[in-house]
This record gives sequence, structure tokens and C-alpha cells, in this order.
Amino acid sequence: MPWSRIKPDTNEPDFLSDAMPGGPDGRRITYAEAVNEALSQALALDPRVFVMGQGVDDPSGMFGATRGLHLRHGRERVFDTPLAETALSGVAVGAALGGMRPVYFHNRPDFLLLAMDQLVNHAAKWHYMFGGAACVPLVFWACIGRGWGSAAQHSQALQGLFNHVPGLKLVMPATCFDAKGLMLAAIADDNPVLIIDHRMNFRQRGIVPETPYTVPLGRGVVRRRGRDVTVVAVSHLLAEAFAAAQELAAEEGVEAEIIDPRTLRPLDEELILASVARTGRLVVADTGWKTGGVAAEIAAMVAEKGFDSLRAPVVRVCNPDLPTPSGYTLERAYYVGKDEIKAGILKAARG
Amino acid sequence: MLRIRRVQERIESEYMGDEMKTPVHLYIGQEAIASGVCAVLRDEDAVNGNHRGHGHYLAKGGDLKAMIAELFCRSTGCSKGFGGSMHLVDTAHGNMGTSAIVGGGIPIGTGQALAFQMRRLDRVSVVFFGDGAADEGTFYESVNFAMLKRLPVVYVMENNGWAVCSSTASRQCAENVFHRGADPELLFTARIDGNDPELVRAAAEKAVARARAGLGPSFIECATYRILGHAGCLQQDPKGYRDPAEVEAWRERCPVRTYRDRLLEGGLLDPSALDRMEAEIAAEIDAAFAFARTSPLPTADDLHTNLFRG
Ligand SMILES: Cc1ncc(C[n+]2csc(CCOP(=O)(O)OP(=O)(O)O)c2C)c(N)n1
Repeated sequence: MPWSRIKPDTNEPDFLSDAMPGGPDGRRITYAEAVNEALSQALALDPRVFVMGQGVDDPSGMFGATRGLHLRHGRERVFDTPLAETALSGVAVGAALGGMRPVYFHNRPDFLLLAMDQLVNHAAKWHYMFGGAACVPLVFWACIGRGWGSAAQHSQALQGLFNHVPGLKLVMPATCFDAKGLMLAAIADDNPVLIIDHRMNFRQRGIVPETPYTVPLGRGVVRRRGRDVTVVAVSHLLAEAFAAAQELAAEEGVEAEIIDPRTLRPLDEELILASVARTGRLVVADTGWKTGGVAAEIAAMVAEKGFDSLRAPVVRVCNPDLPTPSGYTLERAYYVGKDEIKAGILKAARG
Repeated sequence: MLRIRRVQERIESEYMGDEMKTPVHLYIGQEAIASGVCAVLRDEDAVNGNHRGHGHYLAKGGDLKAMIAELFCRSTGCSKGFGGSMHLVDTAHGNMGTSAIVGGGIPIGTGQALAFQMRRLDRVSVVFFGDGAADEGTFYESVNFAMLKRLPVVYVMENNGWAVCSSTASRQCAENVFHRGADPELLFTARIDGNDPELVRAAAEKAVARARAGLGPSFIECATYRILGHAGCLQQDPKGYRDPAEVEAWRERCPVRTYRDRLLEGGLLDPSALDRMEAEIAAEIDAAFAFARTSPLPTADDLHTNLFRG
């Protein structure tokens, strides 16, 4: 769609350097290229890895994430599928049980709901239900495609739904470095892992080392230090929160500490609690819905385990509890971003 | 057919102007199917279309102005700017809404048939879907249930050869299982040239009569072709996934042109009547685009409307 070039190529903000160990061989590449490189290296290094999904060998290659993989690694290991998400999710589970490491791509999270039965009722349960006798090492991937009028069934941020399920790991990267490192970690993990990417990150450029490396699942990172308010920002809202914090520091002298959780389940609780212990205030910004979602869970966790640190009510910055409207004036009113996060930080700081 | 074609062409020619900020899936090449099927339906019969639904909506009597306004995301659109191109609705003419989840509408159309049967209404439910949707479990589960309950439903599969960039042959083995597997008593099946509106109409007539008589569901597979790309306009179609010769061969079989020629040659249509039709359609399209352009956009105040009824 012509207007869907929603974000031009941009460089990532200069997040804290210890949070982005680019190393000497780091180059600036796009987020899509980082995912592509991770997949290509995983395919090259481990014969058990294969990539499947409707359109993985299309000319567009899942926004570039899978482009050319079938040419480099063969159609046997990188293949298009029928539009049969329910059965093929089960096929992926079976293939994982059978000794392979499938990576199943869906270009929108909405289609994962067809896979929900196999993902929630089967993949997430198998290891536990059989006393640890079997495991399901697979990666499901989907990308939120917001901002181009695609309406209520093509741009849902469903992480809250999946975050609810024990036995499933949930990853939402926000930087190019993590996009590669978390993908490689997810593929190496012996459990079902769901990676939800955000289309708004796909054309951003960041430092990514060429050699294969992993970013550990379950470990968050501080992206900006600040004494006044802790902001936990998920996925592409990390960049928005970072910008909000820089502006507020200049405009109001309020210093926000920005945390990128990277993995939502398991969640790096210690990192968040330690930060809230320093600042006494918490803002959670999530690209999904507020009620019963990821922000609700993080807020509840801090209320439960860090209540004594809190000096003000927790503030959640989320999209309204509504399906996504199609029209662009409605979309603009719907999505939260930098301004809403700024308001949230000020509210927490003054609360 | 002609009207659907001209509407699609206008959308295609204006799309890059970036005023219609909605992902469109054009129906060019498939017009004979919606037109042929809907010709045998009544207002109160229901149709369930899909993401490529402009033709279904118009053939079933949907309002053109409201459709174009929806593509312009205006509050005068048929879904008031909340649905966009994939979610057209016109309940007065049996367009009860469409899903953007491939295969999502198949059970919903089946359920409408169940309601008609339970309410003892003389109505038929028609579901339009692509070959891609026939990959989905919802299709098999729905047809089984419809056979079980002898529901008044007609499944119309528009096999246009492709699902995005994947050919039908790369996703399905030869013919669909229902052509071979189902007892003809339980399921009337047909496989026809979907570019011939008379063949489509004849098959639909049979299927709809069967549904009205309480004999149960039908499955009609229409062979056709999507002339343009999957989404957006031609200019945006990824290149290289299909053979240009294949596209050319199907262009030769354009349903609108071949049927027009057939009518003219048979003397069933005279050229001046055709000119009049073209002029009327052009004027109607101009008016619809003007209406859309001058209609108000929804505002932030509208955001919280319609989450629940009542
Ligand atoms: C459940 C689901 N999976 C994948 C998609 C992405 N998608 C949208 S349209 C489409 C192709 C559908 O093909 P078909 O049903 O043959 O209809 P056509 O577009 O050819 O008219 C796909 C894969 C989707 N919308 N829903």
C-alpha cells in the first residue's frame, strides 16, 4: 500500500552502549536483515532447523525476514505452506517431537489464533504433561502490521493472550541486535517460543554483529538510566519511550529510566523490581490492550513484589480496549506513542 | 459484470493517489462469478464474501456510494470508516459482513444457513471464498456440518489459481476432495468455467433450488483468474511469481469482454445500449467518488462507539 511505508529508514536511538554490545564487527543493518541473517545462520549451523509458512518464499519474503532463504538453503528446508494454520501448527509440533527445530512464520498475529489450539492445548503442555519425557523445540513468529488501514483483524497486538499461557515463552524484540540474538536463542531453546515482531521496527537500522550470537531469553536490559521514574516499554514503544524520556529530561528535568524487557515470559522481574526500588515509580507501555494484558501483568507483579518501593500509582500506557478501527483519522486517535508515554511519565512522577 | 469491472478499474487507477488508505483486493477477472450467482438470489438471501469482496457486495445489491466512501475511510462509508475495503456490509441486501481471516467466513455463512433452517425461512446462504480458503480446516468442518444438517447453503469456491504468491497446485493435490468424496445426495458438486456467467448462473440456479427445496448444501468450484496482483494495484504486485504468459492467456479469456462480444454477436445487445450502459456506469462511479471525497472523516470522538450494542 503506498501509505504503508509507515516509517522511513531510521537509525536506532543511541541506547546505552552496555545494552548493545555491538562489538568490533558490528555493522548497521535493518531489523529485517538482522532476522534474515539469524535464520540463515541457524539453517547453516543446525540441520534440524527448517523454516515454514505461507509466503516464506514469496518475493516479499515476510517483509524481508525470510527473503532468499529458500534459494540459499533449499526448498526442502524453507517452504511455503497451504493456508492451514491449525493443522500445520500441529505438524510443526510433531516435527519438533520428531527431532527437528521448526520455525513457523505467520505474517500477522491474527492468524496465530487459528494455531491457538496446537500452540496452547498441545505445544505448551507437552513437556509438562508427560513428566518431562518429551519436549517441543519450535519457534512461532508473527509480525504486527499496524498503521495501514488494515482494521480489526489484521493488526492485533495479541501478546496478552499468549502471555497468559504457561509453557510458552514469549519474546518481543525492540532492536536490530536483539532481533537477531533473540531469534537464535529461541531456535536453540528446547521449548515452544513465540516471537512477536512489530512492523514499525522493520526498517530501522542498528548495529548487528555478523557472527552468530544469542541474547538470553528471560533477560531484560536498561536502555536509559534515570532516577525519577521507571518505564517498561515493550517492542516498538521502546523507541517511543526513549524519545519521550529524552524530551522530558530537557523540558521538565524528569529523568526516566527505560527498561526493555525483551522477553515477556519469562519476565526479568529482578531488573524491573530493582529499578522501581530506585525510582519508586512505574510506567508500563505496551502496544497491546490494557485490560488483562501484558501491562496489567507487569503492574501486578510490581504491586505484588515491590509494593514497598512504590511511591505513586502505577501508570499503564496502552491502546484503548477496542478493536483497531480502519480509517486513518481513527487509527491516529487509537494508537499510543511518545506523547502518551510522556504524559504517563509526568503523571507517575507527580503522582 | 460491467459495473463491477468499471468500479474496480477506477479504484485501480486512483489507488496510487493515496486517498484510499485501505488495502484493496481487486476482483478484475472474476466478475462472472459474483454476477452469475447473485443473479439467482433474492434480497433476503445472504451472501458471505471475503477480502476480495467488492464484486460480491455490488452483485448482491450493495450501495456503491457507501462502498467507495468506505474505501476513503469516511464516516458515510458502509462500515462508517471502521472496516475498510475488506469489511463491507449492507444488511438490507444480505451482505452481513466479511472476514479478513481467510476461511473465517465459511462457517459464518454456514451458520446463517442454520438460522434460516431453524427459523423455517425460505432463504439461502451463499459463501464465496478462494482456493486458498479451501486449504483451511473451517471449510471441511463446515461442509461436513452442512451435509449433516442439510443446510440451505451454497459454497462457491473462486479458484483463481493463486493465494498471494502461492499457486493452487503448490498447496493442493489435484481436485478438491469433495468432488470425489461426497455422496451426491448430500452434496451437489460442480466444477465449471467461472469466466462464463451463463454457466455460473446455471450451476447456481441448480444449487439454490436444491437449497430452497431443503435438500442441502452444494459446492461449486469456479475456475477463474486474478488478473491483477493480490492486493493494492498492479504497480504494487511483486514481480516474478507468475508467468506473464499465463496472465496473458487469461486476459484473452476476460469474462467481461468475451460475454460482451457474445451478446453483441448474438444480437442480444445492441452497441448503442452498451454505450448507454457505459455512460450510466461512468456517471454513477463519478458520483460515488465525489460523494466519498466530500464526505466527512470520522474523528477521535467516534472511536469508542459501537463496541457493544445497547
Ligand atoms: C487465516 C489467514 N491466513 C493467512 C492470511 C493472509 N492472506 C490473506 S489473503 C490470502 C490468500 C487467499 O487466497 P484465496 O482464498 O485463494 O483468495 P484470493 O486472494 O486468491 O482471492 C492470504 C494467505 C489470512 N488473511 N488469513
